[in-house]
Order: sequence, then C-alpha cells, then structure tokens
Amino acid sequence: MAKRKAVVDKTHCVACGCCTTACKLHAITVFRGIYAQVSDRCVGCAKCAAMCPADAIRMEAAT
Amino acid sequence: MKKHFYDYLWIASALYLILGFFNILFAWLGLLCFMIPLMISIFGKSKAYCNRYCGRGQLFSLLGQTLRLSRNKPMPRFLKSRIFRYGFLAFFMTMFGLMITQTVGVFLNADSLKTAVTLLWTFRVPWTFAYTETALPAWVSQFAFGFYSIMLTSTILGIVLMVLYKPRAWCVCCPMGTMTQLVCKAHAHGKTEQN
Repeated sequence: MAKRKAVVDKTHCVACGCCTTACKLHAITVFRGIYAQVSDRCVGCAKCAAMCPADAIRMEAAT
Repeated sequence: MKKHFYDYLWIASALYLILGFFNILFAWLGLLCFMIPLMISIFGKSKAYCNRYCGRGQLFSLLGQTLRLSRNKPMPRFLKSRIFRYGFLAFFMTMFGLMITQTVGVFLNADSLKTAVTLLWTFRVPWTFAYTETALPAWVSQFAFGFYSIMLTSTILGIVLMVLYKPRAWCVCCPMGTMTQLVCKAHAHGKTEQN
C-alpha cells in the first residue's frame, strides 16, 4: 500500500484541536490557533481525519 | 498517554450545568468560559482553550466517543461553511446583547425579574426552583438566568450535533471557537507557516 499522509484543508479547519488529541505521534499541531498543520512524523493512520468535526483532513499519497 | 489535570475539566462543565438547577447564581461562573478563551487568544495568540481546556468539548468527546452516543457521520456542508459559522456567531452575539439589554432593564427598574430560563431562544421554562431571594440586586439574578439560558441552550445544541454528527461537531459552529479563531487570524495576519 502506498504511503499516505494527512492533509489539512485550511479554509475549513476550525482549529479545535481534536486531531491533536487523536494523534498518538503528536504529528499534528494547531498553528497559531488558525489551523492544524501536519509534520513529517505523520504515518497516515487517519485517526485525526476520523475525529475531525469539520471533515477538514483528508488522506493523500505521501510524496 | 499521561493524564493531566485539564483532561478532567469536563467534570467542571457538567457540574456547572447541574449547579444551575440548584442555585441560578452559579451561572455567573460561566463567564469564565467566555473570558478565559478570549484572554488566551488575545494575549496567548492561540486556541489553547479549545485545544486543551474546553470542558464542554471534553464532555462531548466523552459522550460521543467513549460512550459511543454519536453517529460519527460527516456534517452537512452548509453547517461547516464560513457563512454559517460567522452568521451563527453574529446571531449568538445579538442574542447575548438582548440578554444584556434585559439585565439593564431590571437594573434600571424598568423591567421586573423573570425567574425563567429561555431554551433555544424560544421556550420559556419556569426556573423559580433555583431562585432564592438574596440581598443582591435583582439584575444580578436576571443576568444569571439569561446567562444560564445561553449555556444550557448551547449545550442542548451541542448534544444534538454530537448525536447526529461527530462527537465534537459543536466545535465547528461554537461562537467562542469562531471568535477566538478570528482573533488568532488577526494576530497572525501576514505571517505564514513556519515549516
């Protein structure tokens, strides 16, 4: 299976931080209270995407 | 994962709602849920309140995720749109303003104290059981009834959203969340992502 990574739709992210509590690797953080940002540690487990109330996270093939 | 003290703030949120059934004056404590997030966003330039300390959010997570009361379905697009979020914030602030107007009315003795809680901005529920006459002026109690109405209404809406959609669906349209995000956006204006 191809490697995946979480990608945040910044226009829909409400910066609630649900994704940060879902991420076991602390790979997703809230940037300045505006939107979530994903670090290189992301392994593409999609836990954050499942939690996101705004459905602002989608999984994409890692480049 | 290690638990912190702030992982238990849902107890405070639940307690707040319960206390309102016994003495309405406890409603004043709800101002903390208004002031702290605003202060954190203005001076701390972050949404740490939403991210860590929001007891209400934790309560919804507990009910929806741990107790599996949520359908866990995506929200309709309309509810996630900026227009709806900002519109809801404006509506919420208008209703807040009306509540303040009522309080001022009682303060000026133009209105009498109404010992009722208005749910969903429509249904007036008699709440005399939580009211005892004190030496405090009537407007103090009027504000408490008005504020508790807002808190209970938003909790009810949050629970409905939690059941229908994702556990923390309320966070999407939460007026406090929208407001603090706007403050953070204003702070970060012109600054870009660091990595």
